[in-house]
Amino acid sequence: MSLEVEQTIAAARVLIPLRDRGEEGSLGARNAVGPVLQPTLAETSTPGRRTDQVPHPPADALDGIPAAHRRAAPPALPELNEPGVVRHFVALSKLNYSVDGGFYPLGSCTMKHNPKVNEWAARLPGFAGLHPLAPDALAQGTLELMWELQGMLAEISGMDAVTLQPAAGAHGELTGILVIRAYHEARGDHDRTEVIVPDSSHGTNPATASMAGYRTVTIPSAPDGGVDLDALKAALSPRTAAVMLTNPSTLGLFERRIVELLDAVHAAGALAYMDGANMNAILGRFQPGAAGFDVMHYNLHKTFSTPHGGGGPGAGPVAVRAHLAPYLPTPLVVREADGRFRLERDGERPGSIGRVRAYQGNAGVLVRAYTYIRAHGGSGLRTVSDDAVLAANYLRARVEGAYEVPYPGPCKHEFVATARLLKEATGVRTLDVAKRLIDHGFHPPTIYFPLIVEECLLIEPTETETLEDLDAFADALIEVAREAREHPELLHEAPVTAPVRRLDEATAARHPELRWRGMTGAETPCPQ
Amino acid sequence: MEIPEGLRYTQDHEWVRADGTELVIGITAYAADELGDIVFVELPRPGRKLAAHEVFGVIESVKTASDLFTPVAGEVVAVNPDLTGAPELVNGEPYAGGWMIRIRPDDAAAADALLDAAAYRAVIGG
Amino acid sequence: MPYGPHTDADRERMLATIGVASVDALFEDIPAAVRSAGIRLPAPEPELVLTTRLSQLAGRNRTDLASFLGAGVYRHHIPAVVDAMLQRGEWYTAYTPYQPEISQGTLQAIWEYQSLIAGLTGLPVVSASHYDGATSTAEAALMTIRATGRTRVLVSRAIHRHYRDVTRTYLASGGHVLDELPTLPDGTTDLAALERALADPAQPVAGVILGQPNAFGLLEPMADAARLAHAAGARFVAVIEPVSLAVLASPGEIGADIAAGEGQPLGIPPQFGGPYLGILAASDDLVRQIPGRLVGRTRDLDGRRAFVMTLRAREQDIRRDRAASNICTNQALCALAATVYLSTMGPHGLRDVAAGGAAAARRLEAALAAVGAPRIHAAPYLNEFAVHVADAPRVHAALLERGVLGGLVLRDWYPDDPALADALLVCATEVTTDEEIARFAGALREVLA
Repeated sequence: MSLEVEQTIAAARVLIPLRDRGEEGSLGARNAVGPVLQPTLAETSTPGRRTDQVPHPPADALDGIPAAHRRAAPPALPELNEPGVVRHFVALSKLNYSVDGGFYPLGSCTMKHNPKVNEWAARLPGFAGLHPLAPDALAQGTLELMWELQGMLAEISGMDAVTLQPAAGAHGELTGILVIRAYHEARGDHDRTEVIVPDSSHGTNPATASMAGYRTVTIPSAPDGGVDLDALKAALSPRTAAVMLTNPSTLGLFERRIVELLDAVHAAGALAYMDGANMNAILGRFQPGAAGFDVMHYNLHKTFSTPHGGGGPGAGPVAVRAHLAPYLPTPLVVREADGRFRLERDGERPGSIGRVRAYQGNAGVLVRAYTYIRAHGGSGLRTVSDDAVLAANYLRARVEGAYEVPYPGPCKHEFVATARLLKEATGVRTLDVAKRLIDHGFHPPTIYFPLIVEECLLIEPTETETLEDLDAFADALIEVAREAREHPELLHEAPVTAPVRRLDEATAARHPELRWRGMTGAETPCPQ
Repeated sequence: MEIPEGLRYTQDHEWVRADGTELVIGITAYAADELGDIVFVELPRPGRKLAAHEVFGVIESVKTASDLFTPVAGEVVAVNPDLTGAPELVNGEPYAGGWMIRIRPDDAAAADALLDAAAYRAVIGG
Repeated sequence: MPYGPHTDADRERMLATIGVASVDALFEDIPAAVRSAGIRLPAPEPELVLTTRLSQLAGRNRTDLASFLGAGVYRHHIPAVVDAMLQRGEWYTAYTPYQPEISQGTLQAIWEYQSLIAGLTGLPVVSASHYDGATSTAEAALMTIRATGRTRVLVSRAIHRHYRDVTRTYLASGGHVLDELPTLPDGTTDLAALERALADPAQPVAGVILGQPNAFGLLEPMADAARLAHAAGARFVAVIEPVSLAVLASPGEIGADIAAGEGQPLGIPPQFGGPYLGILAASDDLVRQIPGRLVGRTRDLDGRRAFVMTLRAREQDIRRDRAASNICTNQALCALAATVYLSTMGPHGLRDVAAGGAAAARRLEAALAAVGAPRIHAAPYLNEFAVHVADAPRVHAALLERGVLGGLVLRDWYPDDPALADALLVCATEVTTDEEIARFAGALREVLA
């Protein structure tokens, strides 16, 4: 290690506030300016501290509960006052990277700006306070919004009907595949037991097929990154229930042979499912339903800006063409002749696959997506995709050379680069490049996905980043490649500016510590 | 890379050691090294009958999961109880404490058809 | 476009760097035959116009009635601190913590959630990945199938109608069997029927699912049911309501292997159905069977305590078609709401919420009985119960006109059960006031007159 490198690392560490050295209970001060590791709630708890949130009930409140049903000891929950709660969660929040804080080029996740008006709208008391089983007459506002959103998502996809029920993209996939199964069975076509997916697919596609009782058949990708049409034709058979395709693919490439491909699927009597994770690339440019896909799901937390929330919640509406509409889960929102809105009643659509969740959807997420779509209109949504694709191609042009870009352009909203040659030359891996980007102030791209490209980085800039930020990120990637050749130690050591360094994941998995073990129950008796 | 003489090997990187009428099975040092830090080994219940090439378990490292294939047909008579608490044994001593299952082969001579150490060395390009 | 930064000059510069003449050129890979001309949607709306529209839509909902509707989603006081924390962009605009070095906030928060739910349920392994109570119940059923190698699950008819329906959807898709257990006249699950169902050697049972409180708000003999299930080699699933666990025996105490339930009462607004939080907790021996993300405690290179997603190799992105579930998300933000809520309430505050609801429910029971709507079931209840009223749908509608949301018409959930043909399921919580109870009783007196 050169002196220069040591100084860099030392300087970077000095910039970080004093932190815990691993002794539980002696963690850093909360009032630091920067991020500081925190004790757990259990360690923060002090018997007797409390907040006064609700009145104390009368002493005999629980007399009707037989002793056999009572809890032996109060539950193991921490005791804090309100400022203690606030400081804990504010301090923890400072340990997070976020879209509000910076550029987040996480491929296949579409980390675009989360508009603040969306948050305002979802919290309007009329929306937030509405009980999910409230009679239709009390829910006309949300029902109207949901009915409109069904129509908007149908128009955007070129499909005929939409269910808003699924709670996430993967949940939408399960819903879509169950709808396909119901379609085949209603036609007396009981021998279709397979679902075909390309090897570049999201892991949720084969996992969904298994959950729905299908066998997964994986086909290779062609050298240009698209589906291998011959391999697809060879895999299609009277046993094929569906083909699940992500378009644009997880390589960020539009499926150029889409017409022949959909023809082949339908010629085999199978249905075509589109994983809509990458819709942010093609709004107003390609309508899956009009092109011949039978069913697709959206990820509202990707395309329509609803916040990712640290991993959830999301929403995964499913759009289908008319021949699949009878099988959608219940209830849909319908509009009566008199202009009133209502939920479908049980049994109203006998072909339905039934319920896939309680109630009728993540309405709080739907309000945000509706707000976003209204803010953009049809023309604005097309501009979203135009700018997302423009930004991705611009970044691609900027970093090509410093990294290998294995597939020819244009790309859509994201592109794959690989550190394969860098690894051969310097021994640094994509993981090291990603960790070093953290020291340069950026969230790394998605790495090691899709699985078919060695040492890959999947980079998705989205449409809401400025040209200055795109340039700064490109500069950082290029600089990291230079560092890899000149000072590979910097990459192996990275990150050094984050609140923690690399973690021991092997011990975490071998000997899982999944909860606080020290707290067995409240240490002060409950006031009776 | 350690490839002990006297054991038999498969293309899928399992090793087989004859012990009386039974066979002890594990994965090679090469496989353990490729997988990285092993965190979990899922093994069959004793008494289960396995066909040759059937998946008998799954081995997980921090970020991958790989199938374990049965080298020769037989019945599982024991599994390594230590791997539950210490899966790292597969990394540390793949040919000893990291063994996985013990089977009673249907055909006592079946293991003779597997690769010897030299042939396995050729498989992994060593 | 409202949020895009690019000027025409920016776009020209980007096009020049890429080496194409126009943005259209970047879409020439879409075959002409399937290229779209655009989206037919209304024109963009500036924020001023948009906020007016949304205020009007929200105003068309009616949330001003005196509500006694629960049925799985409950009105509770949400401390102001909960949303104050959730509104921090560091929480809600982050994604799944794939890079643990810059995600310790989310990772520790999920780990704290796991710890608190473990404390509440008495079961040590907790996943924060589930959408709602229905899907976590369905995933619990699938866990019992994987754990036992059997394919038949028994579910009490006295759990939430939607939970039964969703569990059926999930099990049917994998070719598994879901059979229902009848209830006794007192409203609890018929354990003699359970015993008979468990005794059928031709159809061994993987799991038994009961609710506590059950769908009628009643307290079930959970420990007895768990014992019967275990004696037959089956796993026992308790469908729980988390606030009640401040005072009721925990799933761990009654011997359950898995707890599933709806986390909405822990600081999440009703918002017409979601997003909510599926609680899923299990005993240690089921750690490999529980689907979804798990966060573990570990150390960094310098020995600092830190948190990381762990046991990843169970999940869909690695095991693909052999994953335990296709779950990809976690419900981190909803789990955060629950974590802030539980930290704020503490063990005593949560007990006050549960006991306050129980006390209000007893006042409600007395008030309704006094106007001719007695309780139907004899079993003990916590804060929700069914009352008898003739012609319940008509009564329910007439109450609405008088500003009272009189619970759930149970006929909607049990159309084939004559005992429930004329019943309303009503609940009270700590927010229910004596004035609201008086309004309900007064309106009911008028309607029944």
